[in-house]
Amino acid sequence: MTKKTTTTPTIRLRPALLAAASVLALATAAPAFAGKTLDAVKQRGTVKCGVTNGVAGFSAPDTQGNWSGLDVDTCRAIAAAVLGDPKKVDFVPLNSQQRFSALQAGEIDILARNTTWTLTRDASLGFNFTTITYYDGQGFLVPKKLKVTSAKQLKNATICTQSGTTNEKNVSDYFRAQNIPVKTVVFESFEASFKAFFSGRCQAFTTDASALAGLRNKEAPNPDDYLILPELISKEPLAPLVRRGDDEWFAIAKWVPNALIEAEEFGVTQANADQLKAASKDPAQQRLLGAGEDLGKLLGLDKDWSYRAIKAVGNYGEMFERNVGPKSVLKLPRGSNNLWSKGGLIYAPPVR
Amino acid sequence: MRQEGASRRGAWLAWLVQALLVLAVVAGAVWVVNHALDVLRARGVRSGFDFLTEPAGFSISEGWLDFDASQPSWRAFLAGLINTVRAAVPAAIFAVVLGTLIGIGRLAPHVLLRGICTAYVELLRNVPLLVQLLMLAFAMANLLPDPTEPVHLLPGVWLSKGGLSVPWPVAGEGGWWPTHFEWPERGDFGVSGGAALSPEYVTIVAGLSLYSAAFVAEIVRAGILSVSQGQVLAGQALGLSSVQQLRIVILPQALRVIVPSLTNQLLSLTKNSSLAVAVGYPELVSVANTTIGSNGRAFECIAIIMAVYLLLSLVISFGMNRYNARVALRGWR
Repeated sequence: MTKKTTTTPTIRLRPALLAAASVLALATAAPAFAGKTLDAVKQRGTVKCGVTNGVAGFSAPDTQGNWSGLDVDTCRAIAAAVLGDPKKVDFVPLNSQQRFSALQAGEIDILARNTTWTLTRDASLGFNFTTITYYDGQGFLVPKKLKVTSAKQLKNATICTQSGTTNEKNVSDYFRAQNIPVKTVVFESFEASFKAFFSGRCQAFTTDASALAGLRNKEAPNPDDYLILPELISKEPLAPLVRRGDDEWFAIAKWVPNALIEAEEFGVTQANADQLKAASKDPAQQRLLGAGEDLGKLLGLDKDWSYRAIKAVGNYGEMFERNVGPKSVLKLPRGSNNLWSKGGLIYAPPVR
Repeated sequence: MRQEGASRRGAWLAWLVQALLVLAVVAGAVWVVNHALDVLRARGVRSGFDFLTEPAGFSISEGWLDFDASQPSWRAFLAGLINTVRAAVPAAIFAVVLGTLIGIGRLAPHVLLRGICTAYVELLRNVPLLVQLLMLAFAMANLLPDPTEPVHLLPGVWLSKGGLSVPWPVAGEGGWWPTHFEWPERGDFGVSGGAALSPEYVTIVAGLSLYSAAFVAEIVRAGILSVSQGQVLAGQALGLSSVQQLRIVILPQALRVIVPSLTNQLLSLTKNSSLAVAVGYPELVSVANTTIGSNGRAFECIAIIMAVYLLLSLVISFGMNRYNARVALRGWR
């Protein structure tokens, strides 16, 4: 309100003001949250879950509009724990540029959209990452006819990828470190980027290795013509995230996936949950199934929160098997995503 | 004379009202910005333009300004802006030339020529530009040969899905002046070296020109029709050929009608270049999207996009208004 701004409304000021107006519109359209997410979710009767527009194995709608995938199951488990019904989820498909604004603006309660946990995203966007639900790494897909067997042979190659992702930056970092010149062609949508690759525009395609397997199986004209290179050039720990400033909701979003991991560790499955709930003498199983001490009230939930989550989607191993593992089209090995006790990295702090 | 006092008071009042309005708008805007920033701060979102001096972390594969990932973000935005201009300027030139020809063609006595031109206008202006761009990109992706099997059009000229490669003059070690030609060479993954026009670049320039030409054609047609029939008759009476009539008599007068509308067309062409992001050409919006994806500063990046397009539009308006003043003046004499 200084004299300067009133007498000289400069050219540069105006667009900034308009942008501000749009941010404000977002900000005021959503209810104010500060420890209120759980209340809002209960009142609304659904969990609003931000997901991808379609990445097989993580979140993709089928022809009837039913969503499935690892990220989708995480949201369903939270809905089961909080609202008692895994179906009470509104899936909001978001592209990689929209996802953070949507969470910041309160359009969604949780973002489960194979998002890599990075320091910048954690520290500067106003978010908290919850529990790592998938350990991924970035890889390359190439046509076999190029006779390339290593990413290091990609000198002067053109690589297709999607803009606004960690993938785009990792490619730059990796080849710069190796001193190998490559060109990247980046597309706004994931679909456009892999279609360009399969049409022959690029010699390689890069994204998280899990998605590469899905793409090769589902989108390639002939899956056998394509090869996933052995190099993984980055760590991509994928985790759901929530807004900062609501510790209660953060705790729920953290502990529901943790409970599913713990369930696998202690042998609780979708199938045996009822039987174990009635008969198990194991204190760990009893805690998970709400037959022992009441941990739910510490989260603002009831005694059966984790029992319902397990009943809804199964334990972590079952989720993995169904969505990305042997029972899915992706057929990905457990690898790093096995339990810590079986040589993997999947580890939950004790549910007790 | 007697009304002077009253009209002066009226003018003063009008000024006061306008000044108050401006004040109210500015105050409202300042409040909006402050509130938005408060909301962002309250949610723990970092804001500000400090990221512009930090390394961008991604590379841009084509354009006039060499850019690699270690350079600061502001340079990435600059490279994006230059890429926008690199697409918009050739597209504007093609659109005006093609549009003028089609506009004249729509008034041609020859039925077939007139029909083709009319069909062109109706087809191109009624299909959304984004759809046309995606179709062009699709066509190029499917019709051109694989980069590993490029077509050798002329010595040093190769065409494939990797783009069109031509020899290009380059400066020697440390020099500024081009000393020799760099020839594109066929490698393992296609052609490298020389200058290459990527399929994405060709798509956006061709798409923008073909689409805008349809609108330019209508503007040219309206401009020509606005010149009175008497002028044509006068030209005929003087024994001018039909091309001479068009060049000396009609077009100079038609320009008075054409130029203001053409300005609008060039403005939309420039703004439409932002659709390039959909076909993978790394222009300003693409750079901003990538930046938003890595640091989440949507507010700031969108503000930059808006400021840049506003600036570009003002430059075009200024130039076209100057030109308009010239043709208008000549028309009146």
